[in-house]
Amino acid sequence: MTDPILDVADLSVRYPGATAPAVRNVSFTLGRERLGVVGESGSGKSTLGRALMRLMPAADITARRMQFEEVDLLAARERQMLKLRGRRMSMILQDPKFSLNPIRRCGDQIAEAYRTHFRCSKAQAHDKAVEMLDAVQIREPERVYRLYPHEVSGGMGQRVMIAMMLLTDPDLVIADEPTSALDVTVRLQVLRILDDLVREKGIGLIMISHDLNLVRNFCDRVLIMYAGRVVETLKARDLDRAQHPYTRGLLAAQPRIAGDRGDLPVLQRDPAWEQEARP
Amino acid sequence: MLLDRRRTNALVGQGASILVTLFGLLILTFVIGRIMPNDPVRAIVGEDATREVYDRVYQQLGLGRPVWEQFLLYIRDVATLDFGTSVRTGQPVLTDILRVLPATIELATFAILFGALVGVPLGVLAAVNKDRWQDHVIRVFSLMGHSMPIFWTGMIGLLVFYAWLGWVGGSGRMDQFYIGLVPERTNFLLIDSLLARQWDVFASALNHILLPASLLGYSSSAYITRMTRSFMLDQINQEYITTARVKGLSTRQTIWRHAFGNIRVQLVTIVALAYGALLEGAVLIETVFAWPGFGSYLTANLLIGDMNAVMTCVLVVGVIFIALNVLSDILYRVFDPRTRA
Amino acid sequence: MMTETAPRPETDTATATATPRRRRTPQALKTAGTLLRFLMRQPPSAFGLVVLALLVGTAILAPVLATHDPYVQNLGETLLPPSGAHFFGTDELGRDVYSRLVHGSRITLTIIFLVTIVVGPIGLAVGTAAGYFGGKVDIVLMRVTDIFLSFPSLILSLAFVAALGPSLNNAIIAIALTAWPPIARLARAETLTFRKADYISAARLQGASPLRIIWRSIVPMCLPSVLIRLTLNMATVILTAAGLGFLGLGAQPPLPEWGAMIATGRRYMIDSWWLVTFPGLAILAVSLAFNLLGDGLRDALDPRQMHKR
Repeated sequence: MTDPILDVADLSVRYPGATAPAVRNVSFTLGRERLGVVGESGSGKSTLGRALMRLMPAADITARRMQFEEVDLLAARERQMLKLRGRRMSMILQDPKFSLNPIRRCGDQIAEAYRTHFRCSKAQAHDKAVEMLDAVQIREPERVYRLYPHEVSGGMGQRVMIAMMLLTDPDLVIADEPTSALDVTVRLQVLRILDDLVREKGIGLIMISHDLNLVRNFCDRVLIMYAGRVVETLKARDLDRAQHPYTRGLLAAQPRIAGDRGDLPVLQRDPAWEQEARP
Repeated sequence: MLLDRRRTNALVGQGASILVTLFGLLILTFVIGRIMPNDPVRAIVGEDATREVYDRVYQQLGLGRPVWEQFLLYIRDVATLDFGTSVRTGQPVLTDILRVLPATIELATFAILFGALVGVPLGVLAAVNKDRWQDHVIRVFSLMGHSMPIFWTGMIGLLVFYAWLGWVGGSGRMDQFYIGLVPERTNFLLIDSLLARQWDVFASALNHILLPASLLGYSSSAYITRMTRSFMLDQINQEYITTARVKGLSTRQTIWRHAFGNIRVQLVTIVALAYGALLEGAVLIETVFAWPGFGSYLTANLLIGDMNAVMTCVLVVGVIFIALNVLSDILYRVFDPRTRA
Repeated sequence: MMTETAPRPETDTATATATPRRRRTPQALKTAGTLLRFLMRQPPSAFGLVVLALLVGTAILAPVLATHDPYVQNLGETLLPPSGAHFFGTDELGRDVYSRLVHGSRITLTIIFLVTIVVGPIGLAVGTAAGYFGGKVDIVLMRVTDIFLSFPSLILSLAFVAALGPSLNNAIIAIALTAWPPIARLARAETLTFRKADYISAARLQGASPLRIIWRSIVPMCLPSVLIRLTLNMATVILTAAGLGFLGLGAQPPLPEWGAMIATGRRYMIDSWWLVTFPGLAILAVSLAFNLLGDGLRDALDPRQMHKR
């Protein structure tokens, strides 16, 4: 893996007033690949994503190294971060119902992402946004451009979100549970669109999810997080050969359509997992 | 279709609720004006009215009849906009009120402009810097405005800015020798003087309104600041704010382009309500500044005990309050795309 | 706050009706203690507490603290500026302004006390009845409350005083008549939250009368938040009382009520600034103290619930 997009070593994040850090000594590198981050709620995976974008001014972030291409994210000033965010690194949030501004038209919100980073006329930004809406397979982009977020469905809203975040051709996209708020029927469709665009543009993707199957199908590598640390890193296709008991427990707790109808095993937790160093 | 009917029903319900409130208002003013005083006639005509005047008013009010008949008579009078004659001016009370109201509206409008222009930015600033020193300073500043007895602040203001520094005009709506110079068309002095192209009168009027309006505005900005802060705090924690920041917008852009739009509707409501509350301060500050408006009219009648005029004033304030509530409701619908449907 | 004092649902019906009340007292005291400590830690609310303590102290010790008789006129010493003999100068009748201010604190305290004991019960009665009975009772009572709320409180007080005749007592009655609606609203909202609680149903099943349930089980639960709310509104009460005094509708001369002192001092204001300045500062200090305290209480307790009027 030459020339990584992201190189993180020993990243810890602690919220003010919290006793234990939410993220502890996490290290990984990311190339032009799709990396899944899996864990249960509260395992620190969302915090990890937000820390990478430096979206938490109040939290205390420490690391040995946090390098995004040529930029040292630890030392970067807010002014520098403003140029980075939305231009070279962006993030897809979970639920379009909350992550889109309810009183501004979808299209304007997309165009704003472009106008923030490129000098252009309103008309040019509008055209760009429509083009991008088309790219996320929205059939009548001009019409959808004018709609308010409450007028579009969840799947369409999330495609608007993807359009907004990929419009500037970023090098890194963090997708924070991009489909868990959507209907099961449109999940795959939205994921495909995201996946196609990410491959086509050669974007480094961090896919944060609690869904092992999803990550297995759409990612190259997987980080398994538990209680703020990474307990195991695997190739996605090797997931079945996972060593760590937590990962195995997670896999075992998955329902299978073809499987037997007995009770699913419940994950047995071991306090040692929280202390253990990463293999 | 279904939605339409639901909306009509909502409108009808709202209309009915307004009517009920108005009716309640009438009961209240009737009770205060006619039942509570020992001698309602004396309360209207004053201590030194002649026998004939006394008897005429006694008959008019129907005081010999049962209370409910009196109330019906009262309703009839109100419905025909007959509020009786003011003992002090000899004019119909309603005519009087319509004549003095513009002066108060002028004052209150300037005050609310000032209050909103100060209160809203301060509230936003306080929310963005929650629990930091800016927040604390703003909190104390706005609580001060809320805690000052407005009539006292007015006097101190006159003492300092008029008597000592000479920065602003003194009492009244304009300097003495301008009075009567401008033809009264709308009774809004600033508008009248502009219509008449009397620039020096306009300047004088502006000079006179500055101090009372800004003091009144300062006292109302406390409420506006606090509400703006709390609305803003609600918005700052929303996900769409994170989206805006992810896009690379600065804090300022995030606040003003995204969060502010979402509190605009609530702010309009708050400002409308604050405008109504200003009337209260106006009564006191008009007395201090000898401002010939609604408040001065009310207090002058209070002091001579003309209950008819006083209760009509109270009724007018109540109606203005209800109107402002309805107005803020309408504005809510206009401004929020989600309620436009 | 609510979570601390709310009783856990009881299964044993016999103890259920009595328990909330008996168990509450020490717990409420403890809560009050924690609250007080919290308030003293923040400079603004600590300032509020100190000023109010000073007010109470001044009122109690007024005869000791005053250097002169507040009513005795001395026409040889009218309108003297502040000096060692008269800390805040003298008024147009040669009375010592400082001593009048000190004695005026008693009037202010009387107003606060009387308004509280009138408004609290009215608000509680209307609010708990509306909340407990619901239905038509609720609609009617809340409609009445809304009508009272549709006036600015000063204007309504003015109307009441005009009808009753100007005097300090009538001013207090008028203020009380206009100050109860927010309390009623709050008491209703509180009542609604535990109307369905198990211990209330238990009491009802036992055959307790509505009046008894409201008085023994609901009112004690509403009391803390109602008291806090009264504190919050006290600044408005102080300002309204001062406003009425200023308009000549409240305390009558020669009572040393602060608002009335400002009204009389107004004529001599240009030459004798001390006549209006000191009483005004006193009003400002007390109402600011209540506002700061109220703000502190708002922070200490549920911030959302208190933002409503």
